[in-house]
Amino acid sequence: MINLSLKKNEMPLQDPKERINNFDEVSLGYSLEQAIDEAKRCLACKHKPCVKGCPVEIDIPRFIQKITQGEIEEAYQIIGESSSLPSVCGRVCPQETQCEELCVRAIKGESVAIGRLERFVADYHHNNKHLLIEHVQSNNHKIAVVGSGPSGISCAYDLAQLGYKVTMFEALHIPGGVLVYGIPEFRLPKEIVRTEIKTLQDLGVEIETNVIIGKTLSIEDLFEDGFEAVFIGTGAGLPKFMNIPGEMLNGVYSANEFLTRVNLMKAYHQSSATPIQMAKRVAVIGGGNVAVDAARCAKRLGAEEVSIVYRRSMKELPARLEEIEHAEEEGIIFKLLTNPVQIIGDEKGYVQSIECVQMELGEPDSSGRRRPLIKKDSNFIIEVESVIMAIGTTPNPLITSTTKGLDTNSSGCIITKDDSGKTSREMVFAGGDVVTGAATVILAMGAGRKSAHAIDMKIRSLNQK
Amino acid sequence: MFLITEKRALAPKVSLMKVKAPYVVKHAKPGQFVILRVEENGERVPMTITEANRVDGTITIIFQEIGATTFKMNQLNAGDYLHDFVGPLGRASELEGLKKVAVVGGGVGCAIAYPVAKALHDQGAIVHTIIGFRNKDLIFLEDEFNQCSDMLIVTTDDGSNGNQGFVTNALKKLLESGERYDEVFTIGPLPMMKFVSLTTKPFNIKTIVSMNPIMIDGTGMCGGCRVTVGNEMKFACVDGPDFDGHLVDFDEAIRRNQMYSPFEKRQLDENCNLLRGVKHD
Ligand SMILES: Cc1cc2nc3c(=O)[nH]c(=O)nc-3n(C[C@H](O)[C@H](O)[C@H](O)COP(=O)(O)OP(=O)(O)OC[C@H]3O[C@@H](n4cnc5c(N)ncnc54)[C@H](O)[C@@H]3O)c2cc1C
Ligand SMILES: Cc1cc2nc3c(=O)[nH]c(=O)nc-3n(C[C@H](O)[C@H](O)[C@H](O)COP(=O)(O)OP(=O)(O)OC[C@H]3O[C@@H](n4cnc5c(N)ncnc54)[C@H](O)[C@@H]3O)c2cc1C
Ligand code: SF4
Ligand code: SF4
Ligand code: FES
Repeated sequence: MINLSLKKNEMPLQDPKERINNFDEVSLGYSLEQAIDEAKRCLACKHKPCVKGCPVEIDIPRFIQKITQGEIEEAYQIIGESSSLPSVCGRVCPQETQCEELCVRAIKGESVAIGRLERFVADYHHNNKHLLIEHVQSNNHKIAVVGSGPSGISCAYDLAQLGYKVTMFEALHIPGGVLVYGIPEFRLPKEIVRTEIKTLQDLGVEIETNVIIGKTLSIEDLFEDGFEAVFIGTGAGLPKFMNIPGEMLNGVYSANEFLTRVNLMKAYHQSSATPIQMAKRVAVIGGGNVAVDAARCAKRLGAEEVSIVYRRSMKELPARLEEIEHAEEEGIIFKLLTNPVQIIGDEKGYVQSIECVQMELGEPDSSGRRRPLIKKDSNFIIEVESVIMAIGTTPNPLITSTTKGLDTNSSGCIITKDDSGKTSREMVFAGGDVVTGAATVILAMGAGRKSAHAIDMKIRSLNQK
Repeated sequence: MFLITEKRALAPKVSLMKVKAPYVVKHAKPGQFVILRVEENGERVPMTITEANRVDGTITIIFQEIGATTFKMNQLNAGDYLHDFVGPLGRASELEGLKKVAVVGGGVGCAIAYPVAKALHDQGAIVHTIIGFRNKDLIFLEDEFNQCSDMLIVTTDDGSNGNQGFVTNALKKLLESGERYDEVFTIGPLPMMKFVSLTTKPFNIKTIVSMNPIMIDGTGMCGGCRVTVGNEMKFACVDGPDFDGHLVDFDEAIRRNQMYSPFEKRQLDENCNLLRGVKHD
């Protein structure tokens, strides 16, 4: 029986008044009944338009049909054919511009809540499974995976399942990449990332934290140590600044620093030794997920007035729709068509205010978005004690600057020959943000998978000769 | 977990620690550093590599107890473990081709200056070393420096070792007497490096300083360690820590290092249980 409701089943949420005082997850997840009811909104379209919107082509109608029959574990297995991180992607994918955008139910009313259903299935699996890790017969080939973000995790996962002996190297003291140091607890509980990492370890993947490839060990060292192929999934972690006056004042953070202090170092906990500035008024510059996450963290740390300063309009704001809505409910102020020109400090060198200009939208630029232009004489001041820069990141050069023959483009991204992640170096593959520049979890995950299979093909062909 | 194989005091509040870290040893060079965490939930703190022993796979660090984390570190002994230890970080000091160099160290900065002086000596350069301390009880590594220096001057702020004065005075005297160096290396508190740079400026001697801003990751990811050098923004953990002292904005760096002073003070007091039972926000 098809559910004809034009609206998605609502996601149960933590009350905004409550949640701005804690870091617990905002979205609480569907119950089994809510999930089945929502799944019944899917028309099981033969031509599956939604699938074309998913970068890893999850068989969406097939897994949703299993939910309607209450066969959740089967649904999980179907998702698992295409994705190794459904509990993460169900939470953080920009569904409204991917699978859900193409859903036929969205023509009249709201799309099927594909992301929420995916999350439900993954959580259900994790809560109910009696995990039987099948021990795959080892083929004794050693592969190194560098970086433990979504691209590295999915690459390692698939290789391990194919029988490879995988060692994952991570620069930080905890594995997970942006999933642990960037995306906050209230959006993606770290327990979920730990579970995914634990699964990897159960599959036999060795994880070496505190090892920076390019510094601690070089790519050459890895080959000398007997690794036959290397996958580089080191992300795009180098923060950009705006090059405006005042960026060196005390109280100016990159979003990475702010979020790392809060998430990775748990500065919001009394028990953490890592300090963070407790500002009453905070301005976050930028409009992506990173900006919204930083703003919502600042609110939770006790800031009274948090603004997101973005130079285009609400329509162009690149953050996930759901997060924008949640941020608005939490009282985050969106100062749109606004751009900072300088940060002003007090006599001791602490941030006092930012000077901004008003913008208007002109003709579309190369990205297809309308170019923001400065309105003359529109300068004004916003008083704040802290400014967080969330205007983008690029790949760090730790590996590329110490590895011979590894080609990069002008933004420092590793160049790959095709979507299997082959680089200019023999037996070195790369994928995720380090190739594309800052993108999304699902794209990084998909890239890691493709490389895993390309590595497998390559090693098989070498061993047939 | 990283085993501490040796720990001894060198001076009041200054200790030497050897840590088993075979991975870090492999590529470590003078001028590079590690980042460590003492315990779960601990802060990530940077420490310079004093020595990398390729035979037993240990890294030697020398640290001064100044705040909460270094206080906890100083409670540990041989047989204990550090939770995390990653490196070598930063760029190695550029020493190639240098024939005559003055190495100027202040306080715990001498620990950082030592591997540089030793490497220079080992490559056959003439090394004049000036190290300064607040008083004679705080002097450490004097013998080690003696062995790798063609001339060693040890100053104390209070004159308790019989040679009162700041390192800058001693350096200035040498320069005024006509000594010339390919480069001056200076490592110590920011104000000291600032004044050493000011001292060498009129003599036009290239002066390398080792910056020590607040760091988190040490991989170029947070930007917290940024310093202004020649009007450009640099990340000390990947572009440094060595920079041209004549181009560094020291006043800004000094200000930025004090960013968390109130928090750090509280953290230390909590460690010492001074705040037990006292309500604070
Ligand atoms: C705050 C924030 C919010 C985001 N929100 C969303 C969202 O809602 N939805 C979404 O789809 N995407 C989101 N993204 C983007 C998404 O997280 C990234 O696109 C994705 O994590 C990229 O994965 P990756 O595996 O390529 O790299 P990363 O996740 O960046 O992982 C790279 C890992 O490699 C390690 N590393 C780097 N260099 C070395 C080295 N030399 N040696 C060893 N290890 C190294 C790093 O420490 C890191 O752990 C967000 C990003 C941020 C920062
Ligand atoms: C590249 C580099 C190399 C260093 N090498 C040595 C060394 O060989 N021996 C040594 O004794 N010290 C060294 N330091 C300084 C050392 O990291 C700090 O003394 C230590 O972090 C203080 O921590 P704390 O918690 O004990 O003190 P806190 O009370 O937290 O801080 C006291 C002061 O230390 C500095 N500091 C605090 N946190 C950090 C941090 N995360 N990163 C950098 N500085 C910080 C600040 O200026 C602060 O005001 C080095 C610093 C850098 C950046
Ligand atoms: S992975 Fe992302 S795009 Fe694909 S179905 Fe799931 S939510 Fe949609
Ligand atoms: S397009 Fe929408 S309704 Fe059709 S199969 Fe996909 S999710 Fe179901
Ligand atoms: S310590 Fe984070 S960028 Fe240097």
